[in-house]
Amino acid sequence: MVIQKSIEKALSDAFDIGYMAVENESHMHSVPPNSETHFKVTLVTDEFVGQRQVARHQKIYKALAEQMRNGVHALALHTYTVEEWQQAGKVPSSPNCMGGSKKQ
Amino acid sequence: MDIIETIKSQIENNGVILYMKGTPQAPQCGFSARSVQALMACGERFAFVNILDNPEIREQLKVYSNWPTFPQLYVKGELVGGCDIITEMFDSGELQTLIKEAVGTEQNS
Repeated sequence: MVIQKSIEKALSDAFDIGYMAVENESHMHSVPPNSETHFKVTLVTDEFVGQRQVARHQKIYKALAEQMRNGVHALALHTYTVEEWQQAGKVPSSPNCMGGSKKQ
Repeated sequence: MDIIETIKSQIENNGVILYMKGTPQAPQCGFSARSVQALMACGERFAFVNILDNPEIREQLKVYSNWPTFPQLYVKGELVGGCDIITEMFDSGELQTLIKEAVGTEQNS
């Protein structure tokens, strides 16, 4: 839970958050049990108003630069403004792994 | 040629290029697979680089693009995004328009 907590803290520090969910999806990939390598982040903030998705994701990667350098391998990002979030309804699900030991 | 120059020329000389894990026929990662699927459904040709075969490109591109993960899609020299953005744009129809337009300008130039 250490890395998950540090992701949550770094994002809280960097953004004025409307809603945030950080999920550890490492169990969907070929890593040892209880790993913290694959995460899914849903972040709602009005700081994203008028920004394209690529700029929003770059902002998040910047806030999480330390985590990305230290063991986080994949980050699924779903970013919304408060208005977009109200219309979105449901966050898309991440794909399962295709590499390593979980390869089909 | 140094790696950054190689990356720049790949991005500039290909209207649509995907940096991915594995190949379109044999993707090595679920995120790359999903991105390739969306791109193929656009029905246009695209270039790809398998970053698993090119560890130097893999490391340097992360820095160059300020984007630490793969896949990464570039259209007309600009970073469009990774799997989540590609999927969202495909679902909304934006990706199809962007790709067709990019390939169209490429053929005319």
